[in-house]
Amino acid sequence: MNDLFSYADYGELLGLVHNSLIAAALLGVVGGLVGVFVQMRDMQFAVHGISELSFAGAAAALLLGINVSLGSVLGSLLAGGLIGLLGVRARDRNSVIGVLMPFGLGLGVLFLALYKGRAANKFGLLTGQIVSVDTVQLGWLVSVSVVVLVGMAVIWRPLTFVSADPDVASARGLPMGLLSVAFTLLLALAVSLAVQVVGALLVLSLLVTPAAAAFRVTASPVLAPLLSAGFALVAAVGGILLALGGSIPISPFVTTISFLIYLVCRGLSSHRVRAGWGRRGPVAAVDDGPALALR
Amino acid sequence: MSGSAAPVLAARGAALAFGDRVLWSGLDLDLAPGEFLAVLGPNGAGKSTLLKAVLGQQPLSAGDLLVDGRPPGRGSRSVGYVPQQKSMDAATPLRARDLVGLGLDGHRWGMGRRSAADRRRIDEALHAVGAADYADAPIGLLSGGEQQRVRIAQALATDPRVLLCDEPLLSLDLRHQRAVSEMIDRRRREHGTGVVFVTHEINPVLDLVDRVLYIANGQHRLGTPAEVMTSETLSALYGTPVDVVTVHGRIVVVGTPDHAGGPCEHHEQPVDDVRRPVGSVAGAGR
Repeated sequence: MNDLFSYADYGELLGLVHNSLIAAALLGVVGGLVGVFVQMRDMQFAVHGISELSFAGAAAALLLGINVSLGSVLGSLLAGGLIGLLGVRARDRNSVIGVLMPFGLGLGVLFLALYKGRAANKFGLLTGQIVSVDTVQLGWLVSVSVVVLVGMAVIWRPLTFVSADPDVASARGLPMGLLSVAFTLLLALAVSLAVQVVGALLVLSLLVTPAAAAFRVTASPVLAPLLSAGFALVAAVGGILLALGGSIPISPFVTTISFLIYLVCRGLSSHRVRAGWGRRGPVAAVDDGPALALR
Repeated sequence: MSGSAAPVLAARGAALAFGDRVLWSGLDLDLAPGEFLAVLGPNGAGKSTLLKAVLGQQPLSAGDLLVDGRPPGRGSRSVGYVPQQKSMDAATPLRARDLVGLGLDGHRWGMGRRSAADRRRIDEALHAVGAADYADAPIGLLSGGEQQRVRIAQALATDPRVLLCDEPLLSLDLRHQRAVSEMIDRRRREHGTGVVFVTHEINPVLDLVDRVLYIANGQHRLGTPAEVMTSETLSALYGTPVDVVTVHGRIVVVGTPDHAGGPCEHHEQPVDDVRRPVGSVAGAGR
């Protein structure tokens, strides 16, 4: 009766997707950590815009017969660079993205239409193809992940400052423009990873949803990134493990797990707000009396 | 507030102009340790630009400026900065203590743990402003008044020589205006921190102010409130008849060109100082 799910040869299948599991775990960690700043800097739309150009780059690579990962990275970096340079302010940024995104998507569709190869390759770029990660591709994914993780570690604290508190950070002399461009480029690399794993259309499920869920349940700057990375990892790896037993692609599993985690966190947060967060007495009056005499 | 100690902020013939538009010029100022200077004037007069110059974000067009004996430098620990209260996103993943911590080490690269000494400093700063009770609450869930206390703790964590405040009382209710300004007052008395307090409303801090710098029309007057806040001085500054009257100990300025027909030193309606629930849109329900 069950032709969608069959877990008969599961052990054997697991061996085959060994590479994919590593890729998904890495992507989870990278996406979850980068997602923290996507959320703080309101860059959800940028994630979507970059992923469309990354898709165009990958489609161009497919057409030209070169490394698809390279194409995806180049497309992402181009988009990230343009967004970083042209749109430092949020409003400019959104209009730049709105202009770039349909252009990138259109190019990608054109390249795919010209491509005469396997149809699965085409579809995979949009909705994910993780089950087919080979060793060469895994090498790429690992290298790009390491670059992103190291880069994020270096700019973590100043980026937190400028993202949460731009007025004071700028008064304290932090290099706002440099940090903005650096983060956008790291974000672009993370997006290109995600495009190759879950596909251009579903990148948000690993770069936005986990962090949004984590922010619902903690305000600790240490716990929030850890939870976000954990949620993304569970969604990505869990999605593959579930998809193995059936004929459905992995993307719906990843997005559904991600969404369920978010719903649970929302539920927890409304409970927490009702219960009160932090103990506070009435605002204390300043002890040394009111009016001080005019000298 | 004797003039004997070296000034924490000194301006000599300082001027700032954008093209033909002169914001202020010929500014000579010595801010003594512990002195409270209120900077007043209409919108666009150059009050905030003066703070930017002290922060090293805006070069002067002419003259010299020394902060704690040195030219203004970006990111100087000698300067603390308290911005206007702005509601922060309720989902910002920072607690009150983390915001204070960023004031201390937010410019440092990397992501390492804070030293025990830094953590103690953060606790002390929060305690000094009466924010210890909500040190671990998410910053986005604090009320406007609570957030401003945390901001003052943040600005004072580096033990600055000069504290710059840019309309820190805006959108606070009267009770919190009082609490926040007295906190600043206590600090400057106990630690000798010079205070430059930009405001469009002098009354909440009138009894704390040592001197007033009033900027308007590209000119300025510097002196005690009794010297500057007079009909003669402000009429000369604005070049039009302006009346300064005192009502129940409050100074009311009537007839400035930018507020024709009403008192200029009015204040926005006090905003209900309520805690915002998660997910509410900033500003909604006010």
